[in-house]
Amino acid sequence: MKILRTLFTALRALRRNPMRALLTTLGIVIGVAAVIAMMEIGRGSSESIRTSISSMGANNIMVRPGTVTASGVSFGSGSIKTLVPADCEAILRECPAVRCVTPLIQARAQLVYASRNWVPSSIYGASETYLDVRDWTELSEGEPFTEHDVRTANRVCLLGQTIVRELFQGESPLGKEIRVKNVPFRVIGVLSSKGANMIGMDQDDILVAPWTSIKYRLSGSSMSMVNQSANTASSSRSPGDLYPASASGLYPAASSNSTLAVRFANIDQIYASAVSSAAIPDAISQIASVLRERHRLQPGQPDDFQIRDMTEMLKVLTATTTLMTNLLLCVAFISLVVGGVGIMNIMLVSVTERTREIGLRMAVGARARDILRQFLIESVVLCLAGGAIGILLGHGGSLLVKQFLKWPVATSPGAILTAVVVSATVGVVFGFYPAWKASRMDPIEALRYE
Amino acid sequence: MSLIELKNICKDYPIGDGSVSVLKEVSLTIERGDFVSLMGASGSGKSTLMNILGCLDRPTAGEYWLDGREMTGLSADERAWTRNHRLGFVFQSFNLLPRTTALENVMMPLSYAHEALSEQEERRRAGAMLTRFGLADRFQHHPSQLSGGQQQRVAIARALINQPPVLFADEPTGNLDSRTSEEVLRLFQELNTKEGITIILVTHDAAVAQHGGRIIHIRDGMIAAPETPGGAPVQGGPAA
Ligand SMILES: Nc1ncnc2c1ncn2[C@@H]1O[C@H](COP(=O)(O)OP(=O)(O)OP(=O)(O)O)[C@@H](O)[C@H]1O
Ligand SMILES: [Mg+2]
Repeated sequence: MKILRTLFTALRALRRNPMRALLTTLGIVIGVAAVIAMMEIGRGSSESIRTSISSMGANNIMVRPGTVTASGVSFGSGSIKTLVPADCEAILRECPAVRCVTPLIQARAQLVYASRNWVPSSIYGASETYLDVRDWTELSEGEPFTEHDVRTANRVCLLGQTIVRELFQGESPLGKEIRVKNVPFRVIGVLSSKGANMIGMDQDDILVAPWTSIKYRLSGSSMSMVNQSANTASSSRSPGDLYPASASGLYPAASSNSTLAVRFANIDQIYASAVSSAAIPDAISQIASVLRERHRLQPGQPDDFQIRDMTEMLKVLTATTTLMTNLLLCVAFISLVVGGVGIMNIMLVSVTERTREIGLRMAVGARARDILRQFLIESVVLCLAGGAIGILLGHGGSLLVKQFLKWPVATSPGAILTAVVVSATVGVVFGFYPAWKASRMDPIEALRYE
Repeated sequence: MSLIELKNICKDYPIGDGSVSVLKEVSLTIERGDFVSLMGASGSGKSTLMNILGCLDRPTAGEYWLDGREMTGLSADERAWTRNHRLGFVFQSFNLLPRTTALENVMMPLSYAHEALSEQEERRRAGAMLTRFGLADRFQHHPSQLSGGQQQRVAIARALINQPPVLFADEPTGNLDSRTSEEVLRLFQELNTKEGITIILVTHDAAVAQHGGRIIHIRDGMIAAPETPGGAPVQGGPAA
């Protein structure tokens, strides 16, 4: 109650000189505005990094074939095909931290529909669990392919939004046949949109088909054609390689009903999903031990595969934005301190100016602590008002940044709370000395002050 | 027990290396309900004495008993409490808060009183006080919008808002013309006779002093030979 009254007294005192009050608190305004804008923009970018990573599959673990070194010559990543579909099954069976897993075959080919053509950035051959692994089970149209499709290497596929837009231009692609390297594939589903990932790759520019279809129907078994990673052993180019339109390959495409011997095929990658992001390290070590055992690697022998996950990338990217945000926050806090010194300066002037008022208040019975409280509250009110203006300015600033620079921005209640607490603290810390000086005045000296 | 009792009050001000003695062993007794006029030449130490009486200043030596309590040994907070509850002080230069309404000026001492009153109650009391002094239509005026006499009446209202038994006035009419002075002095007289408030008033003007029942002369920091108009008993004297 008493505090409330003192508050009104403080407001009245500040209202006597609004221009000066505004100038006094300008430092706080700028400081708080900077803090708010920094925190909102910083949070916005780290949030967008997080969502873009989780759109790439936050819990995902990628297993690639490793390097092989023969007589001291390294052939680079993927130079041997060490991964087989059976590895996938073993991982799913023996690693409790892995929720689901899919083999992955990558290809690059031209798609043709009617008179239009398009070369998507990704053509993936995978098992029916792919969408589950990628956390992408929601289709915008149609149905996913099934285990049966994989087993029988059915020529069916799912398309990403970009391909649908490029090839079909508004038409529904469901049930249509597109030609992939002249092999007809029936479109059975359209993936939901995922947008660009954090390195700017369009994740919707994708075709997903049963891996068996991609591997055996699309281009025979020549891996150099289908796979991005070239195998030294199969680097001799077949005519089909040079003239993809006449895709005949070494093994002609089997009839769509026959079950394929998939046991001994090589795959480009294994994509696994951990049960949770916390389980990723466990999942990685379990996968490593399963693969080492299956590949009969002796202790001490290097892995013939590589395991990657997104957490590393997430860590690096978040660390970078956090560092930038923190640096800018430091600058903002320095400006708050400078603002605080400004407050102290003006409060000292104000105390000197109002010496007679202080003397008078003491003469009618104000105790030292009443005077202290009055001036302290005045500076806190000044700082909080500055903080409030700063919050509005900072928030407005970050909205402008969002509007015109299209930067991701996230309002952060924490930042607002921090700003309020910080400006009140600045008010107390830098208002204390002037207020203490005022409270220590001798009533009679203060009354006599000219 | 007297209301006010000064025993050998001394006040020295340090000047350069030495010090100047402004009050020299002042002893003085004032009874409840007295109306005392303090007179003396300029520089004789009247204001100094008033400030000590009003608990605004401390004497260098001596004792000051107010209503049975020794004041010089009190802490700053206790003296603030005394100023707030027990004493009213009226200054020659009014000392109102600038850019603050008459009502708020009068309310100010209430906000430092221990008893927490509601804002309305404070306003009501201050308003009643101002009304009593003929300022019913000046509540929202700032000091700069009031005449000297009105300002001094606001100051008196402020001094009396906590209903103190004693009122000190250091040359309250010094800045007023004779007609307004008369008004203010009549007000003091009324307060003294009707409410029994003890009044101690400093003045240069013998005519003003005539309003009081008792006149004390100060010369060079000492109580001079007393004059007793109206036959009041002699109580103050040099080194009583
Ligand atoms: N703070 C101070 N430091 C030094 N000397 C002081 C101080 N205050 C007052 N004096 C001296 O004390 C003496 C008495 O001063 P005081 O103000 O009490 O006089 P006064 O009787 O009120 O005079 P006036 O009628 O002009 O108001 C003066 O000589 C003055 O110079
Ligand atoms: Mg004087």
